[in-house]
Amino acid sequence: MKVLFFAQLRERLNCDNTDLDIELPVLVCDLREALMTRFPDHADLLKAGKALVAINQELVNDEKATIATADEVAFFPPVTGG
Amino acid sequence: MDYIRVQEADFDVQAEYQAMRKDNREDGAIVFFVGQVREMNQGSEVTGLFLEHYPAMTEKSLQTIVAQARERWPVLNRIRLIHRVGQLHISDQIVFVAVSSSHREAAFEACHFMMDFLKNRAPFWKKETIGAGDRWVEALQKDKDALTKW
Repeated sequence: MKVLFFAQLRERLNCDNTDLDIELPVLVCDLREALMTRFPDHADLLKAGKALVAINQELVNDEKATIATADEVAFFPPVTGG
Repeated sequence: MDYIRVQEADFDVQAEYQAMRKDNREDGAIVFFVGQVREMNQGSEVTGLFLEHYPAMTEKSLQTIVAQARERWPVLNRIRLIHRVGQLHISDQIVFVAVSSSHREAAFEACHFMMDFLKNRAPFWKKETIGAGDRWVEALQKDKDALTKW
């Protein structure tokens, strides 16, 4: 599955998305673990609280939320607009 | 009655205010807020600001925030919310939120509520230019804490 990245997370990981070979559906916490394994040098930036998660362009605060096939998933830092 | 825009272009407060007033006989209160780029942040002199966003999500998140405000204050009438993205400079306008209602309390509160939620929920990220370098603005605890009052 594809995961999108934004802002400093995109810059630090040096890519705006990545493809993960992971079985779906998957829980947010398990996807987070998989990303931390995929990017071990930046695992701290991907931790809960450090990286927010949006599923289908909606913020998800539940680490046990389920991601299904065809969902658009994004990880990004806490937002700083306004 | 909702006007929500995410745009690179500047906005004209007078024109926005007129849009809140035009043919509006029912409202007794119009409250608006404008956020702008300031030159000092966290002890450093800022010379520019770049606003990144998540295009597919940004407008949707603003619509959600407006819907939440309407649910909380059913008396709200017109709402206009504009947020700029891209390269900005010192004292440039960033964000505009305007709310009208029959009485002032709901308009004041809803304007404040929408800014507090926008600060925590809308996918915008600021990158400041400082001297020769740049840095991403860190989210502040006080902005998170601001949500607890709602």
